[in-house]
Amino acid sequence: MMAVSIRIAAIAAGASLMLASAPVQAAVFNPESFTLENGLQVVVIPNHRTPVVNHTIYYRVGAIDEPPAKSGLAHFLEHLMFKGTDKLKPGEFSAIVARNGGQENAFTSQDYTGYYQTVAVDRLEKMMEIEANRMTGLVLTSEEIEPERNVVLEERGSRVENNPNGKLRELTNAALFMNHPYRIPIIGWEHEIRSLTREDMMTFYRDWYAPNNAILVLSGDVTVAKVRPLVEKYYGRIPARAVPARIDWREPPPTADRRVTLKHKQVQQATWSRRMIAPSYSTGPDKDTYALQVLAEILGGGSTSRLYRSLAVEQRTAASVGAWYDSGARGPGTFGFYGSPRAGHDVGEVEKLVEAEIAKLLEDGVTETEVSQAIQRLKDAAVFARDSIDAPSRIVGSALAIGRKIEDVESWPERIGEVTVDSVNKAARSLLIGKGGVVAILLPEETT
Amino acid sequence: MVKLFATVRRALVALPVAAIAIVAYAGSAGAVTVERVVSKGGIEAWFVRDTSVPLISVEFLFRGGAALEPQDKAGLANLTASLLDEGAGDLDSQAFQERLQNLSIQLHFDADYDTFGGSLKTLNRNRDEAVRLLRLALLQPRFDDAAIERMTGEIVAGIKRRASRPSYLAQRVWQQAVFPNHPYGRPITGSEQTLKNITPADLKGFVKSRLAKDRLLIGVSGDITAAELGQLLDDAFGGLPGKAAANTVPEAEPKALGYTFVLDREVPQSVAIFGLPGLKRDDPDFYAAYVMNHILGGGSFSSWLYEEVREKRGLAYSIYSYLQSRRGASYWMGSVATANAGMAKSVDLIRDQVQKMHDEGVSDEQLENAKLYLNGSFPLRFTSTEKIAAILLHIQFDNLGIDYLDRRTSLIDAVTKEDIARVAKRFLDPGKLTFAVVGQPDGLKGTAKAPDVGTL
Repeated sequence: MMAVSIRIAAIAAGASLMLASAPVQAAVFNPESFTLENGLQVVVIPNHRTPVVNHTIYYRVGAIDEPPAKSGLAHFLEHLMFKGTDKLKPGEFSAIVARNGGQENAFTSQDYTGYYQTVAVDRLEKMMEIEANRMTGLVLTSEEIEPERNVVLEERGSRVENNPNGKLRELTNAALFMNHPYRIPIIGWEHEIRSLTREDMMTFYRDWYAPNNAILVLSGDVTVAKVRPLVEKYYGRIPARAVPARIDWREPPPTADRRVTLKHKQVQQATWSRRMIAPSYSTGPDKDTYALQVLAEILGGGSTSRLYRSLAVEQRTAASVGAWYDSGARGPGTFGFYGSPRAGHDVGEVEKLVEAEIAKLLEDGVTETEVSQAIQRLKDAAVFARDSIDAPSRIVGSALAIGRKIEDVESWPERIGEVTVDSVNKAARSLLIGKGGVVAILLPEETT
Repeated sequence: MVKLFATVRRALVALPVAAIAIVAYAGSAGAVTVERVVSKGGIEAWFVRDTSVPLISVEFLFRGGAALEPQDKAGLANLTASLLDEGAGDLDSQAFQERLQNLSIQLHFDADYDTFGGSLKTLNRNRDEAVRLLRLALLQPRFDDAAIERMTGEIVAGIKRRASRPSYLAQRVWQQAVFPNHPYGRPITGSEQTLKNITPADLKGFVKSRLAKDRLLIGVSGDITAAELGQLLDDAFGGLPGKAAANTVPEAEPKALGYTFVLDREVPQSVAIFGLPGLKRDDPDFYAAYVMNHILGGGSFSSWLYEEVREKRGLAYSIYSYLQSRRGASYWMGSVATANAGMAKSVDLIRDQVQKMHDEGVSDEQLENAKLYLNGSFPLRFTSTEKIAAILLHIQFDNLGIDYLDRRTSLIDAVTKEDIARVAKRFLDPGKLTFAVVGQPDGLKGTAKAPDVGTL
């Protein structure tokens, strides 16, 4: 029971972020899909290595769909989904999963909410039975809500209050997004978490948790022929329900650079980052999203990237440095740079050198070799992603949950392969020239 | 119950390469077949063939790790691990990294207290070059000054970054208090000071004296034949020296048992690490302890600690416990984070649950449910080539035998309530619980001054 989101991932995880959000090789996952009469979309991703299956349900509702002043509602509800239903006592859901040798969890992002169990494939039916039951059968009492409210506050304590990086991330997002609800933390502001009511939870649940607003992803030792009767049996009997129209939030064009500096007693290692609003798969331009993935790889993908080579190897100024790009969002995407100085250097030097690399990029552009090497690495990453049952589920499920299609996921390597020097340079210029971004700096508190 | 690995089928597979000996074990569901592959040059690997994706994962380790290094050069094994892929043979750091990157070869080394490990994952297309780079890294690492300086800088920055986390500091306080005169008491990374003492000669000496065939264990899974793997093993590891320098990890004598340490940090949420001496991996009671820990604080959402601290009272988001079995010490440990106002209550509840386990043991139903989970979830560890390779490696490291996958279910099923009661009485003594708390917990006083882990 956790809140995970690309947008709340640590700055230090920048390099791995791209992989996490990088979809998939063409005709590699070979998912099959069908839709029930009640609107539930079902995706089957076969992998017959081990008789194990990952059973995940995604709801097309996330933190951005919360009513005003109700931040944290989507995530709080996610926690409460592990309490009782009309058929299960509180705690019984997890007890059943455990008795069946299953591992389970859930995640809330800005754009969607998901619940999963990984089990031996002969236990899949039981998982479907209880997951389908909690789609409409949730029963909440204050006896369950109040201790869980404290759990959520403790979670916030660990992720944010006790964690200077987490605090800075909240401040930075609030500065980056002027209007879009991505400015509000998924876990919610403390005072609003404290004020959420049972009525808030149940209204949100009844509004959004419906088969026609969900995607069921089955990844592992399964076939459509085997699972379809089970899916019909358990999910098929849930009637479709009208779901509210989701607000199409837009962000006004950024017009000024902003700086957020957090000085904190706990901090010993300073960090610097700059991020800006970027095209996403949803906002487009579509072509730029692929070019920018290649750009992020060239600038910040690992130990031979432009930034690492310049700042860490040649200038010996940074202990870590890189770039990231998140295109997989229902709203705007983000592109960012980060760096952390080595002992004897400061964030000002890191900033200057990163900006010099950006200036050089805008002046000279990228090379043919850089682009073709980056494309190959990205395509290879899609092959590595198949060596798992969880990653394909996450990649396909999250893509569908933000409004993409299976074909988009499957054609990802092809689209990456079409990126050219020219398209990278154009996308880079469009992203990096004259747009306001947010510089975020974390510093130790000065001691006297 | 899911019995994937219930029965044993043995088969000797004839292969064109005569020197490759293979013993195959297969579960009844045919899920996994473990083969023991011995190369012409005598290098052994345990292997599960899996052709789902055209790639392989090689996980390996050398017995002996950071616990063997001198105190004034703490961090030597870890620094070595960070440098093996930073230039070897004719390739300087950037040239070496470029080959890895451009061919999508994932090569990593890491140091733990008792092991020096490595992993290689590569697409079959680039397998030959991957193996060549691994061999170079093991046999001819360069340790150029610029690379040493850069990796030292990164490690120091990492130490400073972790030092901002109360959870890291709590772990440090606990280890340093319980093992004050043993390598297990200090961080694997070393400190800024000890890293300064490490010379290129130390790094070369480490490689020469530690990375030897008699300490090497290998697990492999992926799309490769046993014959091809035999060749790969000789190519990658055949040039290593036969014997490592003699060494043993001294047995650690745990101190400060029953103490509570509070390290004052101005944070709203306190973090506690708790633990007491446990039992070794080869102890006959290990499985009883393993099942007992699962019921008390193991990873599921239904353990006693989870139920009492989180579900009933909302005192924590995360609470868990585990068994840590090292060569020179074994312990039962756990972790919890609770707002300063509630930490004293969390500590009391943890003590109560340990006391309860010590006094009463478990019920039939709890035992049955734990077995269902522990056996039923085991197949979930076989869902990627690196996970499979890692399991094969750990089975060897813990000397569990190549038929372990077949025996594991029965080892867990054999645990009785009486076994758990005995093992709980034997080592789960609440009086020996040591707490290391970082924060400003209301009403919780340290029984002794916390060791100084804040200065680096």
